[in-house]
Amino acid sequence: MTAVEQPRPASSVFSAPPSGLARGARAPSRRARTVQAVLPPLAVLGTVLGIWYAVSYLALAPRRRFLLPPPHEVATDGFGNWSAFHEILTGLGETAKVALVGLGVAAALGTVVAVLMSQARWVERSFYPWAVVLQTIPILAIVPLIGFWLGYGFRSRTVVCVLIALFPIITNTLFGLRSVDAAHHDLFTLRHAGRWARLVHLEIPSALPAIFTGLRISAGLSVIGAVVGDFFFREGKPGIGSLIDGYTRGLESAPLFAAIIMTSLFGLAVFWAFDLLARLTIGGWHDSGRRS
Amino acid sequence: MADDSGPPDNGRPAAHRDPMATAPAGVALAFTGVGKTFPDGTEALREVSFEVRDGEIVAIVGPSGSGKSTLLRMASALTMPSSGTVAVNATAPGYVFQDPTLLPWRTVAGNVGLLAQLDGVPRAERRRLVAEAISLAGLTGFERHRPTALSGGMRMRVSLARALTVRPSLFLFDEPFGALDEITRQRLGQEVVRLHGQERFAGLFVTHSVVESVWLASRVLVLSARPGRVLAEIDVPFDYPRQPELQFDAAFGRTARTVSEALRESFA
Repeated sequence: MTAVEQPRPASSVFSAPPSGLARGARAPSRRARTVQAVLPPLAVLGTVLGIWYAVSYLALAPRRRFLLPPPHEVATDGFGNWSAFHEILTGLGETAKVALVGLGVAAALGTVVAVLMSQARWVERSFYPWAVVLQTIPILAIVPLIGFWLGYGFRSRTVVCVLIALFPIITNTLFGLRSVDAAHHDLFTLRHAGRWARLVHLEIPSALPAIFTGLRISAGLSVIGAVVGDFFFREGKPGIGSLIDGYTRGLESAPLFAAIIMTSLFGLAVFWAFDLLARLTIGGWHDSGRRS
Repeated sequence: MADDSGPPDNGRPAAHRDPMATAPAGVALAFTGVGKTFPDGTEALREVSFEVRDGEIVAIVGPSGSGKSTLLRMASALTMPSSGTVAVNATAPGYVFQDPTLLPWRTVAGNVGLLAQLDGVPRAERRRLVAEAISLAGLTGFERHRPTALSGGMRMRVSLARALTVRPSLFLFDEPFGALDEITRQRLGQEVVRLHGQERFAGLFVTHSVVESVWLASRVLVLSARPGRVLAEIDVPFDYPRQPELQFDAAFGRTARTVSEALRESFA
Protein backbone atom coordinates (compact mmCIF):
# COMPACT_ATOMS: atom_id res chain seq x y z
CA MET A 1 0.00 0.00 0.00
CA THR A 2 1.46 3.30 -1.01
CA ALA A 3 0.67 6.78 0.10
CA VAL A 4 -1.10 6.71 3.41
CA GLU A 5 -1.34 10.15 4.95
CA GLN A 6 -0.74 9.64 8.62
CA PRO A 7 -2.57 12.02 10.91
CA ARG A 8 0.13 14.17 12.44
CA PRO A 9 0.92 13.32 16.04
CA ALA A 10 -0.21 16.24 18.18
CA SER A 11 3.22 16.74 19.66
CA SER A 12 4.81 17.67 16.38
CA VAL A 13 2.32 20.41 15.56
CA PHE A 14 4.03 23.16 17.49
CA SER A 15 7.71 23.75 17.36
CA ALA A 16 9.38 25.11 20.45
CA PRO A 17 9.22 28.90 20.63
CA PRO A 18 12.57 30.66 20.39
CA SER A 19 13.98 31.47 23.79
CA GLY A 20 13.41 34.95 25.14
CA LEU A 21 9.84 35.01 23.90
CA ALA A 22 7.16 36.67 26.02
CA ARG A 23 6.19 34.48 28.94
CA GLY A 24 2.56 34.24 27.81
CA ALA A 25 3.65 32.15 24.85
CA ARG A 26 5.01 29.32 26.97
CA ALA A 27 2.61 26.40 27.25
CA PRO A 28 1.33 26.38 30.84
CA SER A 29 1.83 23.20 32.85
CA ARG A 30 -1.12 21.16 33.97
CA ARG A 31 -0.84 22.48 37.49
CA ALA A 32 -0.63 26.07 36.29
CA ARG A 33 -3.75 25.54 34.24
CA THR A 34 -5.63 24.14 37.24
CA VAL A 35 -4.59 27.18 39.27
CA GLN A 36 -5.71 29.43 36.42
CA ALA A 37 -9.09 27.71 36.36
CA VAL A 38 -9.66 27.65 40.10
CA LEU A 39 -8.13 30.88 41.32
CA PRO A 40 -10.32 33.51 39.59
CA PRO A 41 -13.67 32.09 40.74
CA LEU A 42 -12.22 31.67 44.26
CA ALA A 43 -11.17 35.32 44.19
CA VAL A 44 -14.72 36.29 43.21
CA LEU A 45 -16.08 34.14 46.04
CA GLY A 46 -13.73 35.86 48.49
CA THR A 47 -14.85 39.28 47.27
CA VAL A 48 -18.51 38.35 47.61
CA LEU A 49 -17.94 37.08 51.16
CA GLY A 50 -16.12 40.34 51.95
CA ILE A 51 -19.01 42.44 50.67
CA TRP A 52 -21.39 40.17 52.56
CA TYR A 53 -19.52 40.79 55.83
CA ALA A 54 -19.40 44.50 55.08
CA VAL A 55 -23.15 44.68 54.54
CA SER A 56 -23.88 42.58 57.66
CA TYR A 57 -21.66 44.56 60.00
CA LEU A 58 -21.38 48.01 58.46
CA ALA A 59 -24.57 48.62 56.51
CA LEU A 60 -27.07 46.89 58.77
CA ALA A 61 -27.89 48.04 62.27
CA PRO A 62 -27.59 45.14 64.79
CA ARG A 63 -31.36 44.78 65.18
CA ARG A 64 -31.75 44.50 61.43
CA ARG A 65 -28.82 42.13 60.98
CA PHE A 66 -31.22 39.18 60.64
CA LEU A 67 -31.84 40.37 57.05
CA LEU A 68 -28.34 39.27 56.13
CA PRO A 69 -26.57 37.33 58.87
CA PRO A 70 -22.77 37.21 58.39
CA PRO A 71 -21.42 34.09 56.58
CA HIS A 72 -20.01 32.42 59.71
CA GLU A 73 -23.42 32.62 61.39
CA VAL A 74 -24.98 30.93 58.38
CA ALA A 75 -22.29 28.28 58.74
CA THR A 76 -22.79 27.70 62.48
CA ASP A 77 -26.56 28.20 62.79
CA GLY A 78 -27.54 26.84 59.38
CA PHE A 79 -25.05 24.10 58.51
CA GLY A 80 -23.67 23.58 62.03
CA ASN A 81 -27.00 23.15 63.77
CA TRP A 82 -27.68 19.46 63.15
CA SER A 83 -31.45 19.49 63.68
CA ALA A 84 -31.87 22.43 61.29
CA PHE A 85 -29.45 20.95 58.76
CA HIS A 86 -31.06 17.53 59.01
CA GLU A 87 -34.41 19.13 58.25
CA ILE A 88 -32.87 20.88 55.25
CA LEU A 89 -31.32 17.68 53.91
CA THR A 90 -34.59 15.76 54.31
CA GLY A 91 -36.48 18.55 52.54
CA LEU A 92 -33.92 18.64 49.77
CA GLY A 93 -34.27 14.86 49.41
CA GLU A 94 -38.04 15.21 48.93
CA THR A 95 -37.54 17.96 46.37
CA ALA A 96 -34.80 16.01 44.60
CA LYS A 97 -37.14 13.05 44.26
CA VAL A 98 -39.73 15.25 42.57
CA ALA A 99 -37.13 16.93 40.35
CA LEU A 100 -35.57 13.66 39.17
CA VAL A 101 -38.87 11.88 38.57
CA GLY A 102 -40.18 15.00 36.81
CA LEU A 103 -37.07 15.27 34.67
CA GLY A 104 -37.21 11.58 33.81
CA VAL A 105 -40.85 11.81 32.76
CA ALA A 106 -40.18 15.02 30.80
CA ALA A 107 -37.17 13.46 29.06
CA ALA A 108 -39.04 10.29 28.07
CA LEU A 109 -42.22 12.11 27.04
CA GLY A 110 -40.37 14.93 25.27
CA THR A 111 -38.14 12.58 23.28
CA VAL A 112 -41.03 10.38 22.20
CA VAL A 113 -43.11 13.41 21.18
CA ALA A 114 -40.18 14.90 19.24
CA VAL A 115 -39.48 11.60 17.45
CA LEU A 116 -43.15 11.27 16.48
CA MET A 117 -43.17 14.86 15.25
CA SER A 118 -40.04 14.26 13.19
CA GLN A 119 -41.54 11.15 11.61
CA ALA A 120 -44.86 12.60 10.52
CA ARG A 121 -45.54 16.18 9.53
CA TRP A 122 -49.17 15.94 10.59
CA VAL A 123 -48.15 15.08 14.15
CA GLU A 124 -45.91 18.12 14.25
CA ARG A 125 -48.53 20.35 12.66
CA SER A 126 -51.15 19.16 15.13
CA PHE A 127 -49.18 19.21 18.33
CA TYR A 128 -46.33 21.69 18.04
CA PRO A 129 -48.58 24.79 18.36
CA TRP A 130 -49.97 23.31 21.58
CA ALA A 131 -46.50 22.65 22.91
CA VAL A 132 -45.78 26.34 22.33
CA VAL A 133 -49.02 27.29 24.08
CA LEU A 134 -48.07 25.04 26.98
CA GLN A 135 -44.80 26.92 27.17
CA THR A 136 -46.43 30.35 27.10
CA ILE A 137 -49.02 29.65 29.83
CA PRO A 138 -47.68 31.33 32.95
CA ILE A 139 -47.16 28.13 34.87
CA LEU A 140 -47.84 29.78 38.21
CA ALA A 141 -51.30 30.66 36.96
CA ILE A 142 -52.29 27.04 36.44
CA VAL A 143 -50.48 25.57 39.42
CA PRO A 144 -53.49 26.07 41.75
CA LEU A 145 -55.65 24.33 39.16
CA ILE A 146 -53.31 21.35 39.16
CA GLY A 147 -53.66 21.07 42.93
CA PHE A 148 -57.41 21.40 42.58
CA TRP A 149 -57.46 18.44 40.17
CA LEU A 150 -54.68 16.17 41.35
CA GLY A 151 -54.37 16.89 45.05
CA TYR A 152 -51.62 18.61 46.99
CA GLY A 153 -48.92 15.96 47.19
CA PHE A 154 -46.13 14.32 45.23
CA ARG A 155 -48.21 13.80 42.11
CA SER A 156 -49.04 17.49 41.65
CA ARG A 157 -45.48 18.58 42.39
CA THR A 158 -44.20 16.18 39.75
CA VAL A 159 -46.73 17.40 37.21
CA VAL A 160 -45.64 21.01 37.72
CA CYS A 161 -42.05 19.92 37.33
CA VAL A 162 -42.82 18.06 34.08
CA LEU A 163 -44.74 21.02 32.65
CA ILE A 164 -41.82 23.33 33.28
CA ALA A 165 -39.10 20.95 32.03
CA LEU A 166 -40.82 19.46 28.98
CA PHE A 167 -40.57 22.14 26.31
CA PRO A 168 -36.77 22.45 25.90
CA ILE A 169 -36.52 18.68 25.48
CA ILE A 170 -39.12 18.65 22.70
CA THR A 171 -37.66 21.62 20.82
CA ASN A 172 -34.02 20.60 21.12
CA THR A 173 -34.65 16.98 20.20
CA LEU A 174 -36.81 17.97 17.24
CA PHE A 175 -34.22 20.47 16.10
CA GLY A 176 -31.53 17.79 16.33
CA LEU A 177 -33.55 15.21 14.42
CA ARG A 178 -34.29 17.73 11.69
CA SER A 179 -30.74 19.06 11.35
CA VAL A 180 -29.30 15.90 9.83
CA ASP A 181 -26.97 16.62 6.94
CA ALA A 182 -28.75 16.31 3.57
CA ALA A 183 -25.82 14.35 2.11
CA HIS A 184 -26.13 11.82 4.95
CA HIS A 185 -29.78 11.39 4.06
CA ASP A 186 -28.77 10.85 0.43
CA LEU A 187 -26.34 8.16 1.55
CA PHE A 188 -29.16 6.33 3.31
CA THR A 189 -31.54 6.91 0.38
CA LEU A 190 -29.06 5.27 -1.99
CA ARG A 191 -29.26 2.06 0.03
CA HIS A 192 -33.07 2.30 0.16
CA ALA A 193 -32.87 2.56 3.94
CA GLY A 194 -36.21 2.37 5.71
CA ARG A 195 -37.62 4.80 8.23
CA TRP A 196 -36.44 2.78 11.20
CA ALA A 197 -32.86 2.35 9.97
CA ARG A 198 -32.74 6.06 9.24
CA LEU A 199 -34.01 6.91 12.70
CA VAL A 200 -31.74 4.54 14.59
CA HIS A 201 -28.53 4.83 12.58
CA LEU A 202 -28.74 8.45 11.45
CA GLU A 203 -31.30 10.76 13.01
CA ILE A 204 -31.04 9.85 16.68
CA PRO A 205 -27.21 9.74 16.81
CA SER A 206 -27.07 13.04 14.90
CA ALA A 207 -29.51 14.55 17.36
CA LEU A 208 -27.64 13.44 20.50
CA PRO A 209 -25.72 16.71 20.99
CA ALA A 210 -28.96 18.69 20.72
CA ILE A 211 -30.75 16.21 22.98
CA PHE A 212 -28.09 16.74 25.64
CA THR A 213 -28.41 20.51 25.31
CA GLY A 214 -32.13 20.14 25.97
CA LEU A 215 -31.49 17.82 28.91
CA ARG A 216 -29.08 20.24 30.52
CA ILE A 217 -31.55 23.12 30.24
CA SER A 218 -34.39 20.97 31.50
CA ALA A 219 -32.34 19.61 34.39
CA GLY A 220 -32.07 23.15 35.76
CA LEU A 221 -35.74 23.82 35.08
CA SER A 222 -36.80 20.61 36.82
CA VAL A 223 -35.18 21.83 40.06
CA ILE A 224 -37.03 25.14 39.72
CA GLY A 225 -40.25 23.24 39.00
CA ALA A 226 -39.83 21.04 42.05
CA VAL A 227 -39.20 24.03 44.33
CA VAL A 228 -42.25 25.83 42.91
CA GLY A 229 -44.26 22.66 43.53
CA ASP A 230 -43.08 22.68 47.18
CA PHE A 231 -44.41 26.18 47.67
CA PHE A 232 -47.88 25.26 46.53
CA PHE A 233 -48.40 21.63 47.47
CA ARG A 234 -47.57 20.86 51.05
CA GLU A 235 -49.17 17.53 51.65
CA GLY A 236 -46.78 14.89 52.95
CA LYS A 237 -43.18 15.56 54.00
CA PRO A 238 -42.13 19.18 53.36
CA GLY A 239 -39.83 19.83 50.45
CA ILE A 240 -37.07 22.40 50.49
CA GLY A 241 -39.39 25.02 48.99
CA SER A 242 -41.84 24.87 51.83
CA LEU A 243 -38.96 24.93 54.33
CA ILE A 244 -37.60 28.08 52.69
CA ASP A 245 -41.06 29.61 52.91
CA GLY A 246 -41.32 28.64 56.59
CA TYR A 247 -37.85 30.03 57.48
CA THR A 248 -38.76 33.28 55.78
CA ARG A 249 -41.95 33.62 57.74
CA GLY A 250 -40.16 32.78 60.98
CA LEU A 251 -37.29 35.20 60.22
CA GLU A 252 -34.84 32.30 60.67
CA SER A 253 -32.30 33.70 58.28
CA ALA A 254 -29.36 31.35 58.96
CA PRO A 255 -31.21 28.14 58.01
CA LEU A 256 -32.90 30.10 55.23
CA PHE A 257 -29.54 30.90 53.67
CA ALA A 258 -28.30 27.35 54.25
CA ALA A 259 -31.39 25.97 52.49
CA ILE A 260 -30.92 28.30 49.53
CA ILE A 261 -27.24 27.36 49.23
CA MET A 262 -28.05 23.65 49.41
CA THR A 263 -30.72 24.00 46.71
CA SER A 264 -28.25 25.80 44.46
CA LEU A 265 -25.65 23.08 45.05
CA PHE A 266 -28.23 20.46 44.11
CA GLY A 267 -29.03 22.32 40.87
CA LEU A 268 -25.32 22.49 40.12
CA ALA A 269 -24.89 18.78 40.81
CA VAL A 270 -27.70 17.89 38.41
CA PHE A 271 -26.20 20.13 35.74
CA TRP A 272 -22.77 18.57 36.22
CA ALA A 273 -24.20 15.07 36.10
CA PHE A 274 -25.65 15.74 32.66
CA ASP A 275 -22.49 17.44 31.54
CA LEU A 276 -20.57 14.33 32.54
CA LEU A 277 -23.10 12.05 30.87
CA ALA A 278 -22.84 14.11 27.67
CA ARG A 279 -19.07 13.94 27.76
CA LEU A 280 -19.09 10.17 28.25
CA THR A 281 -21.64 9.65 25.48
CA ILE A 282 -20.68 12.04 22.71
CA GLY A 283 -17.36 13.47 23.88
CA GLY A 284 -15.51 11.14 21.53
CA TRP A 285 -16.90 12.74 18.42
CA HIS A 286 -18.70 15.99 19.19
CA ASP A 287 -17.21 19.24 20.42
CA SER A 288 -20.11 20.07 22.72
CA GLY A 289 -19.45 16.85 24.63
CA ARG A 290 -15.97 17.98 25.60
CA ARG A 291 -15.26 20.12 28.61
CA SER A 292 -17.60 23.07 28.85
CA MET B 1 -36.09 16.05 6.12
CA ALA B 2 -33.40 16.44 3.55
CA ASP B 3 -35.50 18.73 1.46
CA ASP B 4 -34.31 22.08 2.68
CA SER B 5 -31.01 21.91 0.86
CA GLY B 6 -29.96 20.70 -2.53
CA PRO B 7 -32.36 20.57 -5.41
CA PRO B 8 -35.90 21.06 -4.14
CA ASP B 9 -37.19 17.69 -5.30
CA ASN B 10 -34.71 15.38 -3.59
CA GLY B 11 -37.01 14.04 -0.93
CA ARG B 12 -37.10 10.63 0.62
CA PRO B 13 -36.52 7.48 -1.41
CA ALA B 14 -39.78 6.89 -3.07
CA ALA B 15 -41.12 3.45 -3.68
CA HIS B 16 -43.62 4.95 -6.08
CA ARG B 17 -40.90 6.13 -8.43
CA ASP B 18 -40.82 4.52 -11.84
CA PRO B 19 -38.28 1.76 -11.90
CA MET B 20 -35.37 2.93 -13.94
CA ALA B 21 -34.94 1.48 -17.37
CA THR B 22 -32.30 -1.18 -17.78
CA ALA B 23 -29.37 -0.42 -20.03
CA PRO B 24 -28.50 -2.72 -22.95
CA ALA B 25 -25.87 -5.41 -22.43
CA GLY B 26 -22.35 -4.08 -22.12
CA VAL B 27 -23.58 -0.64 -21.06
CA ALA B 28 -23.50 0.35 -17.41
CA LEU B 29 -25.27 3.67 -17.73
CA ALA B 30 -27.08 5.36 -20.60
CA PHE B 31 -28.60 8.85 -20.70
CA THR B 32 -30.94 9.44 -23.64
CA GLY B 33 -32.22 12.95 -24.27
CA VAL B 34 -32.24 13.72 -20.57
CA GLY B 35 -33.44 17.13 -19.41
CA LYS B 36 -33.94 18.44 -15.92
CA THR B 37 -35.88 21.49 -14.84
CA PHE B 38 -36.27 22.13 -11.13
CA PRO B 39 -39.60 23.19 -9.64
CA ASP B 40 -38.26 26.72 -9.24
CA GLY B 41 -37.92 26.92 -13.03
CA THR B 42 -34.16 26.49 -13.22
CA GLU B 43 -33.26 24.42 -16.26
CA ALA B 44 -30.17 22.48 -15.20
CA LEU B 45 -29.72 20.08 -18.13
CA ARG B 46 -31.06 19.87 -21.69
CA GLU B 47 -31.03 16.92 -24.09
CA VAL B 48 -28.08 15.10 -22.57
CA SER B 49 -27.18 11.78 -24.16
CA PHE B 50 -24.17 9.60 -23.48
CA GLU B 51 -23.20 6.09 -22.41
CA VAL B 52 -20.78 4.62 -19.94
CA ARG B 53 -19.81 1.12 -21.01
CA ASP B 54 -19.01 -1.67 -18.57
CA GLY B 55 -15.61 -1.26 -16.99
CA GLU B 56 -15.04 2.19 -18.48
CA ILE B 57 -14.28 5.43 -16.64
CA VAL B 58 -15.90 8.52 -18.13
CA ALA B 59 -15.05 11.95 -16.76
CA ILE B 60 -17.31 14.99 -16.89
CA VAL B 61 -15.98 18.53 -16.81
CA GLY B 62 -17.96 21.72 -17.12
CA PRO B 63 -18.49 25.13 -15.58
CA SER B 64 -20.02 25.42 -12.12
CA GLY B 65 -23.78 25.16 -12.30
CA SER B 66 -23.72 23.12 -15.51
CA GLY B 67 -25.67 20.34 -13.82
CA LYS B 68 -22.81 17.88 -13.26
CA SER B 69 -23.97 16.88 -9.80
CA THR B 70 -27.58 16.74 -10.96
CA LEU B 71 -26.44 14.29 -13.61
CA LEU B 72 -24.98 11.99 -10.96
CA ARG B 73 -28.06 12.36 -8.79
CA MET B 74 -30.17 11.21 -11.73
CA ALA B 75 -27.84 8.29 -12.44
CA SER B 76 -28.43 7.11 -8.86
CA ALA B 77 -32.17 7.86 -8.75
CA LEU B 78 -31.75 10.49 -6.04
CA THR B 79 -33.40 12.85 -8.52
CA MET B 80 -35.72 11.98 -11.40
CA PRO B 81 -35.23 13.44 -14.88
CA SER B 82 -37.86 15.84 -16.23
CA SER B 83 -37.54 14.38 -19.73
CA GLY B 84 -35.67 11.59 -21.47
CA THR B 85 -34.58 8.30 -19.92
CA VAL B 86 -31.79 7.22 -17.62
CA ALA B 87 -30.95 3.54 -17.99
CA VAL B 88 -28.79 1.90 -15.33
CA ASN B 89 -27.41 -1.58 -15.12
CA ALA B 90 -26.79 -1.57 -11.39
CA THR B 91 -29.30 -1.89 -8.59
CA ALA B 92 -27.49 0.61 -6.39
CA PRO B 93 -24.46 2.35 -7.78
CA GLY B 94 -21.55 3.26 -5.53
CA TYR B 95 -21.60 6.99 -4.84
CA VAL B 96 -18.64 9.00 -3.60
CA PHE B 97 -19.84 12.43 -2.53
CA GLN B 98 -18.06 15.75 -2.67
CA ASP B 99 -17.63 15.54 1.11
CA PRO B 100 -16.66 12.28 2.77
CA THR B 101 -20.11 12.29 4.52
CA LEU B 102 -18.87 10.06 7.32
CA LEU B 103 -20.91 9.52 10.46
CA PRO B 104 -18.78 11.17 13.14
CA TRP B 105 -20.00 8.87 15.92
CA ARG B 106 -18.83 5.76 14.09
CA THR B 107 -15.28 4.52 13.85
CA VAL B 108 -13.59 4.01 10.49
CA ALA B 109 -14.67 0.37 10.51
CA GLY B 110 -18.21 1.35 11.51
CA ASN B 111 -18.43 3.85 8.69
CA VAL B 112 -17.03 1.46 6.12
CA GLY B 113 -19.56 -1.17 7.21
CA LEU B 114 -22.56 1.17 7.12
CA LEU B 115 -23.86 0.40 3.64
CA ALA B 116 -23.59 -3.37 4.07
CA GLN B 117 -25.37 -2.97 7.40
CA LEU B 118 -28.20 -1.02 5.73
CA ASP B 119 -28.39 -3.74 3.08
CA GLY B 120 -28.90 -6.29 5.84
CA VAL B 121 -25.67 -8.21 5.22
CA PRO B 122 -25.08 -10.64 8.11
CA ARG B 123 -22.49 -9.56 10.65
CA ALA B 124 -19.78 -12.10 9.85
CA GLU B 125 -19.99 -11.45 6.13
CA ARG B 126 -19.98 -7.73 6.81
CA ARG B 127 -16.85 -7.97 8.89
CA ARG B 128 -15.09 -9.71 6.02
CA LEU B 129 -16.25 -7.06 3.52
CA VAL B 130 -15.11 -4.26 5.81
CA ALA B 131 -11.68 -5.80 6.36
CA GLU B 132 -11.24 -6.25 2.63
CA ALA B 133 -12.33 -2.70 1.75
CA ILE B 134 -10.15 -1.24 4.49
CA SER B 135 -7.12 -3.01 3.17
CA LEU B 136 -7.98 -2.06 -0.45
CA ALA B 137 -8.29 1.61 0.46
CA GLY B 138 -5.06 1.68 2.47
CA LEU B 139 -6.70 2.20 5.84
CA THR B 140 -5.18 -0.75 7.69
CA GLY B 141 -4.38 0.25 11.27
CA PHE B 142 -6.99 3.00 11.34
CA GLU B 143 -10.04 0.78 11.88
CA ARG B 144 -10.81 2.15 15.33
CA HIS B 145 -10.13 5.83 14.63
CA ARG B 146 -12.96 8.33 14.62
CA PRO B 147 -13.31 10.49 11.49
CA THR B 148 -12.43 13.65 13.47
CA ALA B 149 -8.98 12.18 14.11
CA LEU B 150 -8.23 11.78 10.39
CA SER B 151 -6.91 14.12 7.71
CA GLY B 152 -9.08 15.15 4.77
CA GLY B 153 -7.36 12.65 2.49
CA MET B 154 -7.83 9.80 4.96
CA ARG B 155 -11.50 10.65 5.33
CA MET B 156 -11.90 10.43 1.57
CA ARG B 157 -10.27 7.00 1.68
CA VAL B 158 -12.86 5.93 4.24
CA SER B 159 -15.56 7.23 1.92
CA LEU B 160 -14.04 5.23 -0.95
CA ALA B 161 -13.75 2.10 1.18
CA ARG B 162 -17.36 2.45 2.24
CA ALA B 163 -18.49 2.55 -1.40
CA LEU B 164 -16.28 -0.45 -2.22
CA THR B 165 -18.01 -2.72 0.32
CA VAL B 166 -21.13 -3.00 -1.81
CA ARG B 167 -19.10 -4.10 -4.85
CA PRO B 168 -20.87 -1.75 -7.22
CA SER B 169 -20.58 -2.37 -10.94
CA LEU B 170 -21.06 1.38 -11.42
CA PHE B 171 -19.27 4.06 -9.41
CA LEU B 172 -20.35 7.70 -9.36
CA PHE B 173 -17.78 10.26 -8.20
CA ASP B 174 -18.98 13.79 -7.47
CA GLU B 175 -15.78 15.88 -7.43
CA PRO B 176 -14.56 13.77 -4.55
CA PHE B 177 -11.05 15.18 -4.32
CA GLY B 178 -11.80 18.83 -5.04
CA ALA B 179 -11.12 19.95 -1.49
CA LEU B 180 -7.79 18.17 -1.14
CA ASP B 181 -4.28 19.37 -1.79
CA GLU B 182 -2.64 18.58 -5.12
CA ILE B 183 -0.47 15.66 -3.98
CA THR B 184 -3.21 13.93 -1.99
CA ARG B 185 -5.50 14.44 -4.93
CA GLN B 186 -3.07 12.74 -7.30
CA ARG B 187 -2.51 9.85 -4.93
CA LEU B 188 -6.21 9.24 -4.49
CA GLY B 189 -6.66 9.46 -8.25
CA GLN B 190 -4.04 6.71 -8.58
CA GLU B 191 -5.92 4.69 -5.99
CA VAL B 192 -9.12 4.99 -8.01
CA VAL B 193 -7.35 3.76 -11.14
CA ARG B 194 -5.75 0.92 -9.21
CA LEU B 195 -9.09 -0.11 -7.67
CA HIS B 196 -10.64 0.15 -11.10
CA GLY B 197 -7.99 -2.23 -12.38
CA GLN B 198 -8.86 -4.75 -9.66
CA GLU B 199 -12.61 -4.38 -9.48
CA ARG B 200 -13.40 -3.48 -13.10
CA PHE B 201 -16.28 -1.19 -12.23
CA ALA B 202 -17.66 1.40 -14.62
CA GLY B 203 -17.15 4.94 -13.37
CA LEU B 204 -18.60 8.38 -13.98
CA PHE B 205 -16.23 10.96 -12.53
CA VAL B 206 -17.22 14.61 -12.17
CA THR B 207 -14.30 16.98 -11.72
CA HIS B 208 -13.18 20.57 -12.19
CA SER B 209 -9.68 19.55 -13.11
CA VAL B 210 -8.81 18.96 -16.77
CA VAL B 211 -5.65 17.07 -15.84
CA GLU B 212 -7.52 14.84 -13.43
CA SER B 213 -10.21 14.10 -16.03
CA VAL B 214 -7.72 13.11 -18.72
CA TRP B 215 -5.53 11.13 -16.36
CA LEU B 216 -8.42 9.08 -14.95
CA ALA B 217 -10.81 8.56 -17.81
CA SER B 218 -10.93 6.83 -21.14
CA ARG B 219 -13.42 9.45 -22.31
CA VAL B 220 -14.08 13.03 -21.24
CA LEU B 221 -17.44 14.75 -21.66
CA VAL B 222 -17.47 18.54 -21.65
CA LEU B 223 -20.72 20.14 -20.51
CA SER B 224 -21.87 23.63 -21.46
CA ALA B 225 -22.92 26.31 -19.00
CA ARG B 226 -26.50 26.10 -17.74
CA PRO B 227 -28.55 24.51 -19.10
CA GLY B 228 -25.92 21.80 -19.43
CA ARG B 229 -25.55 20.04 -22.79
CA VAL B 230 -22.77 17.75 -23.97
CA LEU B 231 -20.50 20.06 -25.98
CA ALA B 232 -17.73 17.62 -26.73
CA GLU B 233 -16.85 13.99 -26.18
CA ILE B 234 -13.11 13.45 -26.24
CA ASP B 235 -11.43 10.02 -26.35
CA VAL B 236 -8.37 9.56 -24.19
CA PRO B 237 -6.02 7.16 -25.98
CA PHE B 238 -3.96 5.81 -23.06
CA ASP B 239 -4.00 2.29 -21.65
CA TYR B 240 -4.37 1.41 -17.99
CA PRO B 241 -2.57 1.14 -15.66
CA ARG B 242 -1.42 4.73 -16.03
CA GLN B 243 1.59 6.19 -14.33
CA PRO B 244 1.56 9.61 -12.64
CA GLU B 245 4.30 10.71 -15.05
CA LEU B 246 1.84 10.31 -17.91
CA GLN B 247 0.61 13.82 -17.28
CA PHE B 248 3.97 15.20 -18.44
CA ASP B 249 3.77 13.29 -21.74
CA ALA B 250 3.34 15.29 -24.94
CA ALA B 251 0.39 13.18 -26.10
CA PHE B 252 -1.28 13.72 -22.74
CA GLY B 253 -0.74 17.45 -23.15
CA ARG B 254 -2.43 17.42 -26.54
CA THR B 255 -5.51 15.62 -25.19
CA ALA B 256 -5.66 17.91 -22.17
CA ARG B 257 -5.44 20.86 -24.52
CA THR B 258 -8.40 19.60 -26.58
CA VAL B 259 -10.43 19.23 -23.38
CA SER B 260 -9.31 22.64 -22.17
CA GLU B 261 -10.32 24.33 -25.39
CA ALA B 262 -13.73 22.68 -25.37
CA LEU B 263 -14.14 23.70 -21.75
CA ARG B 264 -13.21 27.30 -22.55
CA GLU B 265 -15.91 27.30 -25.21
CA SER B 266 -18.39 26.10 -22.65
CA PHE B 267 -17.88 29.28 -20.67
CA ALA B 268 -18.68 31.42 -23.72
